[in-house]
Amino acid sequence: MNQDSIIYFENVSKWFGDFQVLKGINLEVNKGEKIVVCGPSGSGKSTMIRCINRLEEHQEGKIIVDGTELTGNVKNIDTVRREVGMVFQQFNLFPHLSILDNCTLAPIWVRKMPKADATELAMQYLKRVQIEDQVHKFPNQLSGGQQQRAAIARALCMQPRLMLFDEPTSALDPEMIKEVLDVMIGLAQDGMTMLVVTHEMGFAKEVADRIVFMDEGQIVEAKAPKEFFENPDSERTKLFLSQIL
Amino acid sequence: MYSFNWIKQNLFSSWLNSIVSIVLIYFLASIIPPLLDWFIFEATFVADDRTGCTTDGACWAVVGARFYQFMYGFYPTEEVWRVNLVYTMLPFGIAPLLWDKIPFRKQFLFFSMAYPFLVFFLLYGGPGLSSVASNKWGGLLVTLFLGLGGILIAFPLSIFLALGRRSKMPAILTLCIVFIEFIRGVPLITLLFFGNIMLPLFLPEGINLDTIIRALVAVTIFQAAYGAEVIRGGLQAMPKGQYEAAQALGLSYWQMNYKIILPQALKITIPALVNTAIGLFKDTSLVLLIGLLDLLGIGRAALADTKWMALHVEVYVFIAGIFFIFCFGFSRYSLYLERKLNTDNNGENK
Repeated sequence: MNQDSIIYFENVSKWFGDFQVLKGINLEVNKGEKIVVCGPSGSGKSTMIRCINRLEEHQEGKIIVDGTELTGNVKNIDTVRREVGMVFQQFNLFPHLSILDNCTLAPIWVRKMPKADATELAMQYLKRVQIEDQVHKFPNQLSGGQQQRAAIARALCMQPRLMLFDEPTSALDPEMIKEVLDVMIGLAQDGMTMLVVTHEMGFAKEVADRIVFMDEGQIVEAKAPKEFFENPDSERTKLFLSQIL
Repeated sequence: MYSFNWIKQNLFSSWLNSIVSIVLIYFLASIIPPLLDWFIFEATFVADDRTGCTTDGACWAVVGARFYQFMYGFYPTEEVWRVNLVYTMLPFGIAPLLWDKIPFRKQFLFFSMAYPFLVFFLLYGGPGLSSVASNKWGGLLVTLFLGLGGILIAFPLSIFLALGRRSKMPAILTLCIVFIEFIRGVPLITLLFFGNIMLPLFLPEGINLDTIIRALVAVTIFQAAYGAEVIRGGLQAMPKGQYEAAQALGLSYWQMNYKIILPQALKITIPALVNTAIGLFKDTSLVLLIGLLDLLGIGRAALADTKWMALHVEVYVFIAGIFFIFCFGFSRYSLYLERKLNTDNNGENK
């Protein structure tokens, strides 16, 4: 494990009942790195990134996030969750709270930030994702693209050290995908450490430092985009690429 | 003419509609006047006993003669100001819990928290006030004490029971399941008898709970178990994503439930919760069977009085009217809440 490492997976396995979703995953992500995780559905890619903030529990192996090992220890889990932002496929905004309240909730309650400061911080991020004029609306009054951008702002308000994206554009209408990807590209350019599960290969080419290809619970290969697209090692990767490109 | 058009469009838009309208209008025209006659125009409002009711209509004199008992039971007249004070303060105690936009809500909330203790002190007596045992209480006082008390105390208990029943901790889970299933599995009257007869056997010697407190305990745990199942239904309807988003933001279990899950789960359970609350409010009449005289009990006592015998209709209509006012109030409040909390696209929020 090197010094710059922010995520460290060592031989991580996980089962859902009898079915093994993750089979001995080894992965190391450095600070500032952008990783795109792709692979066919059911390959374990979502499960893998959900292990990073313990939304899923791994049963074997070791996961260290920003120097904290994830075990049953609740304190460790809380520490990790404070530092890891997550964006979901279904946005998962809180429908009973305004966009602004969605964003200030965690800073106020988890970071114990004064309300005025939290509001200022939230407005800054909401401006950045370009929905500052919608902040007093409720999530269901916004379009899918706007909701997802609000969800990104909400995660950023915790000022996380890394961001996880679990298929952030899969639930969006095609014309709204770009506005969300643009926000993510901006974030990448600012140096945020990002793990993105996505099928958007254009985004992968433009942003990723490495593309991790998973199949049947294993990492098949992990390479820089140019190498990955032009010179894949395994037959499985070639087949996958031929299907999606 | 607007009203003419309205009538044409809504009552006589087709042959069938016209026929139905005419039949209904005829029906209403034939029952409303006699009802009004009975209720008001031919009713007797003041009389010394039932022989004084000489008109054809209702003999409301019975209600007038027994009004004190309907409101206070057998509470001593010289101390009745205490009950009146409790009644007068009730709106102030409850309003800050029901509406979040009333002026000085924060200050009033402190009053709301103090109110139950004030009620105990005023009704029972204590330092500076003579004591009035609960067998002197009766009528609306008992109905409200048990009904509102049970509903309000049971509400937080219901929430904890519902959360406990979804807990991953086996001890808490088992405890909650056993409690809920046991309480739901027996009729309220059994719990009332249990509270009245058995509870004292379990309490250490020297502690003697008053009958009405035993009834309150029974009513509260009954309502808590029912409320818990309703709330659990709401919790189950919450999408998994709401839990995950809250957890991913680092919220603790209690923060997640308090800020994210419960506000949404309670919102969708409002109609069902109010339904059980209304049910309980009316079920408090069962305390009659353990010797407490609630509204219905006082009514039956009035009917047993030779001066007012056989005026069943008047007495029961009056009691029904009081129950209806409260239950209808609950129901309107729940509609108001639902509208207020609606944050959907078409919602007229704010």
